[in-house]
Amino acid sequence: MNSRLVKNSIRFILLVLLQVLLFSNMHLWGYVTLYPYLLFLLLLRVDISKTNLLLIGFFTGLVIDFFQNTMGMQAAASTLLVFARPTVLNFYFKKVEFAPREEPGISRLGFTGFFKYAFTLVLIHNLFLFFLEAFSLAGFFSIIERALVNSVATVVLILILEMLFSRKKKGL
Amino acid sequence: MQNLLLFIRKHWFVVLFLLLETGSLILVANSYSYHGSIAFNTVNDFSGGIFSTFSNVSDYLNLKEANEQLLEKNAVLLNEQQSSLLITDTGFTYKDTLYKYIPAHVVSLSVNHPSNYIMINKGFLHGIKKEMGVISNNGVAGIVIGVSKHYSLVMPLLHHNARISGRIKKNNILVNIVWDTDDYRFGNIQDVPSHVELYPGDTIVTSGKSMIFPEGIIIGYVESSTENSNMDFKKGILRFATDFKSLQDVYVIENLMKEEQQNLLKQADE
Repeated sequence: MNSRLVKNSIRFILLVLLQVLLFSNMHLWGYVTLYPYLLFLLLLRVDISKTNLLLIGFFTGLVIDFFQNTMGMQAAASTLLVFARPTVLNFYFKKVEFAPREEPGISRLGFTGFFKYAFTLVLIHNLFLFFLEAFSLAGFFSIIERALVNSVATVVLILILEMLFSRKKKGL
Repeated sequence: MQNLLLFIRKHWFVVLFLLLETGSLILVANSYSYHGSIAFNTVNDFSGGIFSTFSNVSDYLNLKEANEQLLEKNAVLLNEQQSSLLITDTGFTYKDTLYKYIPAHVVSLSVNHPSNYIMINKGFLHGIKKEMGVISNNGVAGIVIGVSKHYSLVMPLLHHNARISGRIKKNNILVNIVWDTDDYRFGNIQDVPSHVELYPGDTIVTSGKSMIFPEGIIIGYVESSTENSNMDFKKGILRFATDFKSLQDVYVIENLMKEEQQNLLKQADE
């Protein structure tokens, strides 16, 4: 239990620092911003209580907002992400039996499975975030296009990070 | 009542989700209003501290470029020294004694949101107050909207509420500069009288009418203009002189006469 808490805390701190110090300041081709901190929310254990899931999602987003000075935006988007998480997991992996406290990572879902899972949720997060940023439905298709490109780029980074994380786990 | 409680318990996941979502949207809405952003008081010494540590590293990597900019700025200043001017008029006064420049260092900034912010490493301990102007080595950067002990928050030109009064340098016509939240390099020129010709490369400078910026600081250069045949005003695109993405060193401008000017205005109101 405790080692799990320590591991989650380390993952949280690493990803948040990576996010606010590096990726929040980096805009590929001028407009693509990667959100690797979402990996933390994706990897929360499957049988986490729904209240905890929502609260963790909300506060993680709020921490990022706090550093980015985008009060509320990330919190709103990441709350939506964790809200959709159980549904998405259930939709893709109805037949998979998860052990107690298991994390939905690459090692469990497989590469394709994890990709589908991560991409769907990141896309939900990005779409909501971009519509919120624009604060209107003007430029509807350009926002969707932006969210798609942004999600693909973010998921690629998340896959790389997750492979690094899970490889380390095997080594231990 | 009991039914309500039962309902909430049954749909707790959805109810809590809606609560949290409403909370975040209220935060977003607050930061969206102009007064909300002017009254930004959450500048925090904690996040500022983390950013300055990190900024030390990136500064080191950009030393060479910073050095060159400093040399350039230095040269300009040397040219303006009293000893480098031939003073023939004894009534000569320095316009700039009206303003005091406080150097500061950027510890965090964003360029890709509709409302961007810059955090700098000087706060009220160093004499920074709200609504002071901020410039970079190349031109106007923004306006201070929040101050804490050691840090301040600046609303750059890249903010959907930013609106600054400028002047076309060649003919002194007043225009307004806003930002359409799209590209951090370009702003929009508004309220250009339709008889005025705007050519690419024309310089737009501050008007000096706001009590915030001294007159004649470069805002940017005209990139293109649109002809509107049946309108009284036309618009243009402006390339900001300040490169917001690589912004590191800024100067905060204190208008030493602001209080006097404001008191005078108050008299007129009474």
